[in-house]
Amino acid sequence: MADPMRIRANVDASGVTEVKVLMNHEMETGQRKDASGKTIPAWFIQNVTATHGGRTVLSAQWGPAVSKNPFLSFKFKGAQKGDKVQVTWVDNRGDKRTDEATIA
Amino acid sequence: MDAGRRDVLKAGSGVSLLALLAAAGWLKPGEAQAADWNKAAFEAKSMEETVKAFGGGTPATSKDITFFSTPDIAENGAVVPIGVASALPKTEQIAILVEKNPNMLAATFDIPAGTEPSLTTRVKMGQSSNVYALVKADGKYYVASKEVKVTLGGCGG
Repeated sequence: MADPMRIRANVDASGVTEVKVLMNHEMETGQRKDASGKTIPAWFIQNVTATHGGRTVLSAQWGPAVSKNPFLSFKFKGAQKGDKVQVTWVDNRGDKRTDEATIA
Repeated sequence: MDAGRRDVLKAGSGVSLLALLAAAGWLKPGEAQAADWNKAAFEAKSMEETVKAFGGGTPATSKDITFFSTPDIAENGAVVPIGVASALPKTEQIAILVEKNPNMLAATFDIPAGTEPSLTTRVKMGQSSNVYALVKADGKYYVASKEVKVTLGGCGG
């Protein structure tokens, strides 16, 4: 099972919530070769979805050019302090992980 | 640390999940990849091909798309922060493309109503290159670019 994400979410006085996510993933490009010259197969997050109260607030499709241990930050309106934000990723091997953070 | 063992374990759990899904009939064999992943766009080698894969026409250059937190010179091509903001009304989608990477498209984001058209992520760059921000707003595509110099490539072995 993949390692957990670190998620931080803060709502400011104007009602805008800023979400910062740090995921743990190898993000192997499929371009590199190992010591014996064999290509290391691509292994990367393909889909990322963030939801707040069942509503999708951001969805993304990623290629292998996103950095290892990907970072993402975005802002949305309509959340209150104490609400929860969920982030899910799915990689090209079908592995997935969902983590949750409380908005501060 | 026994890194090899970890990789085997990780790989093993991934495979078994897939096998379970396949057995449950949720996935047909050979369709294990995420259904809503735009393969054509991620395999495209040029801006035209990428926009075509998204279903759009030639993008117009726009001054309403801005880069922030994006360095002029990146010391490490493996981790280049890219921030993109769009001031275009009805921004629906923001994509980040790196001109000289093997495949240009790095990431694409769908922006639902209520989410600000402004986000940050980090990408890999093989060499100094133009970075494009492609924005779909009100059904049309717009683009802006910024040159980022890389002193250490991100795709080497």
